[in-house]
Amino acid sequence: MAGRYAAIWFSHLLTDCITLRNPRLQHQAFVLATPERGRQVITAASPAAEARGIRTGMVVADARAAEPALEVLEHQPEMAQERLQALGDWCIRFTPVAALDLPDGLLLDVSGCPHLWGGERAYLEEILKRLTRGGYHVKAAIADTPGAAWALSRYAATSTLVKPGKQAQALMPLPPAALRISTPLVQKLHKLGLTHTGSFMQLPRAALRRRFGQELLHMLDRALGLEMELLLPLQPPISWQERLPCPEPVNGAAAVSIAAGRLLQQLCARLAKAEAGIRCAVFKGYRSDGKVATLQINTFRPSHHAPHLLKLLQMKIPQFEPGPGIELFTLEAPETAPVFSAQEQLWGARNKQQQTHIAELLDRIAGKLGNDAIKRYLPAEHYWPERSIQPASHLWQQPQSPWPQQLQRPVRLLPQPIPIIVSAPVPDYPPMLFRYKGVVHNIVKADGPERIEQEWWLQEGEHRDYYCVEDNSGQRYWLFRSGHYTGQSLHQWYLHGYFS
Amino acid sequence: MSQSKADIIHQLQKSLLPLQGYKPAGDNTVRVPLGPVNRAFPGHTFPVGAVHEFISNSPESTAATCGFITGIASFLAAEKALCLWISARRQVFPPALLPFGLLPHQVVFIEAPAEKERIWVMEEALKCEGLAGVIAEVSELDFTASRRLQLAVEQSQVTGFIIRQQPRQLNTLASIARWHIHPAASSSYNQLPGIGFPRFTVQLDKIRNGKPGQWQLEWRHNRFAEVMPAAATGAAATPIRKIV
Repeated sequence: MAGRYAAIWFSHLLTDCITLRNPRLQHQAFVLATPERGRQVITAASPAAEARGIRTGMVVADARAAEPALEVLEHQPEMAQERLQALGDWCIRFTPVAALDLPDGLLLDVSGCPHLWGGERAYLEEILKRLTRGGYHVKAAIADTPGAAWALSRYAATSTLVKPGKQAQALMPLPPAALRISTPLVQKLHKLGLTHTGSFMQLPRAALRRRFGQELLHMLDRALGLEMELLLPLQPPISWQERLPCPEPVNGAAAVSIAAGRLLQQLCARLAKAEAGIRCAVFKGYRSDGKVATLQINTFRPSHHAPHLLKLLQMKIPQFEPGPGIELFTLEAPETAPVFSAQEQLWGARNKQQQTHIAELLDRIAGKLGNDAIKRYLPAEHYWPERSIQPASHLWQQPQSPWPQQLQRPVRLLPQPIPIIVSAPVPDYPPMLFRYKGVVHNIVKADGPERIEQEWWLQEGEHRDYYCVEDNSGQRYWLFRSGHYTGQSLHQWYLHGYFS
Repeated sequence: MSQSKADIIHQLQKSLLPLQGYKPAGDNTVRVPLGPVNRAFPGHTFPVGAVHEFISNSPESTAATCGFITGIASFLAAEKALCLWISARRQVFPPALLPFGLLPHQVVFIEAPAEKERIWVMEEALKCEGLAGVIAEVSELDFTASRRLQLAVEQSQVTGFIIRQQPRQLNTLASIARWHIHPAASSSYNQLPGIGFPRFTVQLDKIRNGKPGQWQLEWRHNRFAEVMPAAATGAAATPIRKIV
């Protein structure tokens, strides 16, 4: 099927932006100017200024002569692109593929969209009406190719629709500049008397190439649809996406919940057919004031179980801000994974259902406490106690190396070693007693020392000599001395954990 | 005649237990070999599918409690099932769970700073079939919350362990048992110097339908073994060992 494309041209984008910020300028003549070779050159003129004959490229002094009350503002180059980007994001409500067309336009791939608005005419009018109401001067056109739509939006008298396959006739009366070719080429064509596209469209291609180069043929083919032109979408299209437009803006929590449920059901039915599950889903509400409210959920295990996913979303609905009302809901799954049946083997849970329960439980906990709250540890190949474990990246990750079997390690490890006062008989012997929090513990039994060196490639510092000690009431501790036990140098004893 | 009376009483007790929410051990029930302690439980079986409460008043006894619970959980998690360990901030050192028979990567640690959140997580987890055990470090818990936990386990048959560190008051809970675990002086094994196997003083303060008591247990070769009082007292301090 041939595509259909819409081009929107913001004829006064820069001045419209200024007017939206300063409504008092709406009917005034004002221009934007930038210094160039010691003069102020006009880069954009408001419609009121243009009515008085002021054009872009004029020098401000000349314009002042024509219109003494002219207001001159500073040119802000980045403003147009930012605004265009925002408008492009806003246009996602009309089509999923919207692309920027710098400096002052947007290109939309509208294939398969207009029937939702009751035909292309109504669709185009809706876009124009909304943008005009938003305070922009716009013209738009729909055609079979982006090139033809672009040409018609700029050079046709009014916003037009080109019937499928009729772009050549529509382009005939337009000037050569409508083909998006460079200015020298346009001037050359004019000089030769080719003042409209129709006058050279039928000429032999070899002759055109010889006289005007490849560029002209290239752009002509693009406009006529002989050559593909790809749009670079502002938001990359996601294959797992569902949309739910609302006839009236809604803002109740119940309505949001119903919308989420319906979208999830549609998406999950599709995912189930493809044997895929959601790892991450984004629920978006396009608000009537142009903002977008979003919610994101993540799952530990790919899932297409709609009731469970709905529960995750519902836990977050209080954070969802519908504002004045939501016109369009979308649900996207940017991250999906195949639902493996092999995963059932792991964890030894008695059946698949129980495993799903566990995964769903963890999803709920992550939804409430955040993903960082859930941790599982695997051995890391380090002796230094703080570095000897590493968090697992996912729930099915199995240890790459075995857990150390022979090392004596305390059940509870203090996050920070606590300095203690000890009295030790001779170097390299465990202490006889130590004092911690005002209580003296007489050591009866001890194991050690176990010397653990710093890994110099990771961290510099003193080594540690660890002792497992038991006091006279049977309590067991993990102590260490930092550094060598020499007469002069500083050494300190620490308590680092409790054995059971 | 008296024999038949005793039989009747025994029969009545048996029929009363299920009414009190106690499920008799079936063939599928996991048995936890706790040696002499098992005699304190109704039906001489460690009650799984219930909430146990552990009180600890010092970090040392918390460590002993953690070791003891890990030992029990290792039997429950025999089929590689997952355990959940809920705490405000993880202090348990995973590699140390291995000597107690539990694979450290079988444990999912959940950190929730607020006590209310920890209780919520525990309740949700206890409802979830397929978990081997849920261990939560919660200090303050009221009776209503503990009832909710008890109702959750009756459905799912998951075993819950609550570690209460220095609770402000020892209020009554709907849990099935209240334990105090203290570390006990270890004795040397085969006259070897140094520290012996981990040893606990297990104090069972309350047990529903059972008999409270106090025992000394030692964790040796992946199971709990009873320590005879004579052996406990006879263990003399061994000389300090130096490893060269």
